[in-house]
Amino acid sequence: MTKKVMLGNEAIARGAWEAGCNVAAGYPGTPSTEILETMARDYREVKSQWSPNEKVALEVAAGAAVAGARSLATMKHVGLNVAADPLFTFSYTGVNGGLVIINADDPGAWSSQNEQDNRHIARAAKLPMVDPASPAEAKEFTKLAFEISEQFDRPVLVRITTRIAHSQGPVDLGKREDVPLKPCTRNPRKFVMLPAHARLRHVFIEEQMIRLREYSCTSGLNRIEWKNKKRGIITNGVAYQYVKEVCPDDSILKIGMVWPLPDDMIREFASQVEDLYVVEELDPFIEEHVKALGYKVTGKDLVPLCGELTPEIVDLAINKKQVQKAVPDYTGDLPGRPPGLCKGCPHAFVFNVLKKLDYTVNGDIGCYTLGALPPYGTMHSQGCMGASIGMHLGFEKARGDEAARSTVAVIGDSTFIHSGITGLIDMVYNKGTGTVMIMDNRVTAMTGHQENPATGYTLMGEPTHELDLEMMVRACGVKRVVVIDPKNVDDLERVIKEEVAAREPSVIITRRKCILKK
Amino acid sequence: MKNVIFAGVGGQGVILASKVLMEVSMKNGFDVKESEVHGMAQRGGSVDCHIRFGKDVASPLIPKGGADYIICLELLEAMRKLDYLKPGATLIVNREQINPAPVEIGAMKYPEDIEDFMKKNFAGTIIVDTAEALKEAGTKKALNIVMLGCLSKFLDFKIEDWESAIKALVTEKFIEQNLKAFNLGRGLV
Ligand code: SF4
Repeated sequence: MTKKVMLGNEAIARGAWEAGCNVAAGYPGTPSTEILETMARDYREVKSQWSPNEKVALEVAAGAAVAGARSLATMKHVGLNVAADPLFTFSYTGVNGGLVIINADDPGAWSSQNEQDNRHIARAAKLPMVDPASPAEAKEFTKLAFEISEQFDRPVLVRITTRIAHSQGPVDLGKREDVPLKPCTRNPRKFVMLPAHARLRHVFIEEQMIRLREYSCTSGLNRIEWKNKKRGIITNGVAYQYVKEVCPDDSILKIGMVWPLPDDMIREFASQVEDLYVVEELDPFIEEHVKALGYKVTGKDLVPLCGELTPEIVDLAINKKQVQKAVPDYTGDLPGRPPGLCKGCPHAFVFNVLKKLDYTVNGDIGCYTLGALPPYGTMHSQGCMGASIGMHLGFEKARGDEAARSTVAVIGDSTFIHSGITGLIDMVYNKGTGTVMIMDNRVTAMTGHQENPATGYTLMGEPTHELDLEMMVRACGVKRVVVIDPKNVDDLERVIKEEVAAREPSVIITRRKCILKK
Repeated sequence: MKNVIFAGVGGQGVILASKVLMEVSMKNGFDVKESEVHGMAQRGGSVDCHIRFGKDVASPLIPKGGADYIICLELLEAMRKLDYLKPGATLIVNREQINPAPVEIGAMKYPEDIEDFMKKNFAGTIIVDTAEALKEAGTKKALNIVMLGCLSKFLDFKIEDWESAIKALVTEKFIEQNLKAFNLGRGLV
């Protein structure tokens, strides 16, 4: 078998392709973005697309699955929050063709607004979740996830973390399976979730959970590596690699299927080792489960709850081993190197003006979030995709007209389309008078320059309808709309002052291409 | 097992350098793992790549105190990696100063004594001047490959393997330039 060094995300695309996946949809988000980029680049027979947001992406993939195709949805951890509504109910309907959802967690919040641990979502949505520990496993587990999905009639979550997504390693290359479309028949009891149907499906998925728990013990996804039985460590994902490295003599229960957990296997392991440990990143997910099974176990007492793990953090926690430094500590002050807007970035013109005007700025998610940092330091709030506009309206509701006369919302083109539009509709509907600045740099920049509905191209590189933001905004009921090149800073300042002063909703579209866009 | 860290500033091309090294190690029959930084830090923040090759590699991250070679494309970034050095390791640093934002806005000073600090406190420190080599290569963008050339002098791989890896991974148009940069780098140490 040929081997190739691949990024975890490339390996996932490969796995889905080998499994005969036909349709793939997602929304860019670090650390998940390269999966669909790879798909569109290397595996052209899969119909891949960027959707406007993760909810739509999951719905497209679910539709394809109900229609009989093997399909994939990809997103980052916070993206799965956006897609949670379809997720929880597609859990009830189950699938026809296999449906696999890649969820990329970001311990350490390298490129995210939080460190949420989405293993909880698998449990809450009652969905199987696999959790690979290397790029090689990322490929194999993705492939297997399609099998599990069809065998148990469940969507399957593949959970990766930044250190799987963005690490490289050798991957075995296999052939693409030829998976024909499954027949698609009308089956409302399964696919139309009226309350009466949903109640029955709930019973069905609980029954499937029992079978899956058994599968979790027998499938080989979870395995015991017996060594010295003095100490036994249960671990999952990349933490397994750290444990293997710093505790080479201990017995390990490696968790590759993190939901449902393999209860019988845990019992077998726990009852044979003297001291039981769990080493996992973020929350005590496995640890609490093991405790609920009635075992005494050490986990988050020693292993940090916040941030990502590293081999030396595990070494210190479990073995009490300190790092031996070869160089003494430097006693001077080392300036940090925070990321910043590129030189010549179109957003910089806007932030310079906003800084000068000293307005309250409700921000959003994208490169422009960096407008919160020096030298601009303009932003007051930023929480999640699309939040700027709703928060902007909230400011006005709380602090009245005066606040609206010195406050703007800033949001990028892609983020506006993702989930800013509904905020704008609310602002008009509920009689807000604020100003929204759509910073249209013609690309989804922060995640590495992806196409979006306003760029005129698809992920596959085909020309398509280019969403007209100005028309869109007018259709929401905004009468004051200005489109301006932010490089004309004097005009920009004048326009911002005028629009903010106006006692009716207004939108300023600052349109200038990101300098890194090809 | 050998452990190599490439470090620098987002945009300097540490990922490409690490890909070439991985390719060469694979070609020579080693297992290999690597970890890299994407996303926000790529907008001019501190970035690094960890590359490990050997018989059986588990963790994609090198533990602190575990690096055999650290290759740094910028002075200040080297200072952030010193905890990763193993006793007896080699630290190769490009003598270049790129001011980070706190220095640019005048809130902090770029420390002037760091080159001396490294030389004084770590015997394996090699500071290289790449300016001439880059001029000769005809592009500043090839700094990553110049530094890779420096590293190649310490590793037991054939020069043909390095060159074919560069050919396989660099955009066609820039292959000649990068091969030149690689060989110029070899001349620096
Ligand atoms: S990538 Fe584009 S939008 Fe992002 S900071 Fe750089 S120039 Fe600005």
